[in-house]
Amino acid sequence: MAETLLFNALRAAIDEEMAKDPTVLVMGEDVGHYGGSYKVTKDLYQKYGELRLLDTPIAENSFTGMAVGAAMTGLRPIIEGMNMGFLLLAFNQIANNAGMLRYTSGGNFKIPMVIRGPGGVGRQLGAEHSQRLEAYFQAVPGLKIVACSTPYNAKGLLKSAIRDDNPVLFFEHVLLYNLKENLPDDEYYLPLDKAEVVREGSDVTILTYSRMRHHVIQALKTLEKEGYDPEVIDLLSLKPLDFETIGASIRKTHRVIVVEECMRTGGIGAEIVASISDRLFDELDAPVIRLSSQDIPTPYNGTLESLTIVQPAQIVEAVQKIVALKV
Amino acid sequence: MVQERTVPVFHAADASITKEEGALLYEDMVLGRFFEDKCAEMYYRGKMFGFVHLYNGQEAVSTGVLKAMRPGEDYVCSTYRDHVHALSVGVPARHVMAELFGKQTGCSKGRGGSMHLFSAERRLLGGYAFIGEGIPVATGAAFQSKYRREVMGDEQADQVTAAFFGDGTTNNGQFFECLNMAALWKLPILFVVENNKWAIGMAHERSTAQPEIYRKASVFGMAGVEVDGMDVLAVRTVAQEAIARARAGEGPTLIECLTYRFRGHSLADPDELRSKAEKELWFARDPIKKFSAYLIEQNLAMPEDLNAIDQKIQAIVDDAVQFALDSPEPSSNELYRYVFAED
Ligand SMILES: Cc1ncc(C[n+]2csc(CCOP(=O)(O)OP(=O)(O)O)c2C)c(N)n1
Ligand SMILES: [Mg+2]
Repeated sequence: MAETLLFNALRAAIDEEMAKDPTVLVMGEDVGHYGGSYKVTKDLYQKYGELRLLDTPIAENSFTGMAVGAAMTGLRPIIEGMNMGFLLLAFNQIANNAGMLRYTSGGNFKIPMVIRGPGGVGRQLGAEHSQRLEAYFQAVPGLKIVACSTPYNAKGLLKSAIRDDNPVLFFEHVLLYNLKENLPDDEYYLPLDKAEVVREGSDVTILTYSRMRHHVIQALKTLEKEGYDPEVIDLLSLKPLDFETIGASIRKTHRVIVVEECMRTGGIGAEIVASISDRLFDELDAPVIRLSSQDIPTPYNGTLESLTIVQPAQIVEAVQKIVALKV
Repeated sequence: MVQERTVPVFHAADASITKEEGALLYEDMVLGRFFEDKCAEMYYRGKMFGFVHLYNGQEAVSTGVLKAMRPGEDYVCSTYRDHVHALSVGVPARHVMAELFGKQTGCSKGRGGSMHLFSAERRLLGGYAFIGEGIPVATGAAFQSKYRREVMGDEQADQVTAAFFGDGTTNNGQFFECLNMAALWKLPILFVVENNKWAIGMAHERSTAQPEIYRKASVFGMAGVEVDGMDVLAVRTVAQEAIARARAGEGPTLIECLTYRFRGHSLADPDELRSKAEKELWFARDPIKKFSAYLIEQNLAMPEDLNAIDQKIQAIVDDAVQFALDSPEPSSNELYRYVFAED
């Protein structure tokens, strides 16, 4: 595959898995004829038919529950949240049934399903369309949570999510669908529980995911010019966290900055900081810095919106500050 | 004055059952009744915990529908009031009782409890503790049958799914959403409403603008029928017709069974709102008494035959208790087991 846009990388992942396995299907609003709100399933219904690209009514909780029932009885449904925020209406089915049912059933049933779609803060989409549900869902046992950030990892992770026998919440980001990258011609899968070391370094460990990876990369330009050498890790798996990779990095740098798009209170970063304190407290030479979105509904106004999420300049400052701290 | 709906007339003669069928239906209803009575006893003795919702009075619905299906092949989805549905599909009484005791030998390995009975083997897709949430799951199972037949070319995939739920639940969005989808895609499913007139303390007429639930099918162009839920033969006949339609690819049916629970909502419910007159009226319609009278009158059984069945069932229930008592607790070492598919 030559240069590929992220949404097409996701499409290719679904297409390849559907071609290989007739039990794989997609359900959701406008996934068929319309091709998905971000064109991830464009024209697939022509290839696979209307039952495999099932256009559902606008009934999030019910179509999510249907996917649970279909998964329990042997299919491998992928559901698309037209916007992940809409899946607040499916919270019950995701938490009670997708997440917990294998356990409450004492292992009678497994639920191989993928719940995917666009999340995150876009450009002035307003509060309801700018949600980061990963933080809300991280407490649900039995769910795996993945956030892709490049065409390469989007494809490899989605293919693995479809093959996984567990429910996987798979976050894409509204502003990353048009990223381009050269993808391998050969088929590949990426593990769902491994973080990616984006840049090796020695000064400080920056833990990030989804769109914030790209803000960190922007900050790197300034930081490198100034002679800093940060290690950047894209978590990819938000649950479980890959503490092997995270730990190895912290043992090297002894300093950590978390850069996330979810809100500060109860966010992914909050969980990371708590886990670092549990496991790696002695390794730290400085308090962990958490750069998160403000604890407010995302404002519509563009200036206010950019003040709400973390900007590259703040990442630069945080690195300067944490590296300057000597113990 | 008790306001009651007129129960649709059913001519038992139309049902024409054999002695064996009669015995099977009677036995299943008695199993449900005796099992639940035993649960009350065990709950008060401190052997089972949490919320326990008994099914007494509604046996004709479980037996009438599920014995018309192919248990173990067709799919069934229930609520928190699920013990008797589990028994009717053939989950052994031992495994249900052990689950209620929280034992490792329970059908959900002691992880589920009264409101979460599951059996992959008997195709029981579960007891669901939240109102309405089982309806989409059942709809998904029904979709799966259609998918296997039409996408995967599996001719054998003619399974039907039955979803059971209460009158109060029909005011929840998932009910309407799934009726719409099931009718739209002609899914092989039976939506079985057990209208026992009450949702805990909420009288049915106080909760809905249209108390005749079966009529709600009509706006989706779906078959909707009401049936005397205290008459096992009436329920069975209606279910057989609905199952035949579903297997033939003609889509879903909404079945409203007019029934009554003989006990409080759960064993923790003081049951103070339902009037004595109402209860007495419905006790007089006891589905087991009604059916045993019918069997004797029609010469399909002698009183001794029914007695013998009662004794056999009592022994099964007593054995289930002994089995549950003797069974081990789940091992603490396995606390994390079953969170993920690999465990
Ligand atoms: C989502 C949700 N809300 C509230 C409850 C509490 N609750 C349990 S049973 C019940 C009444 C249900 O009545 P109905 O559907 O008629 O079924 P029945 O108990 O009569 O069998 C309620 C409100 C619940 N279990 N789930
Ligand atoms: Mg009720």
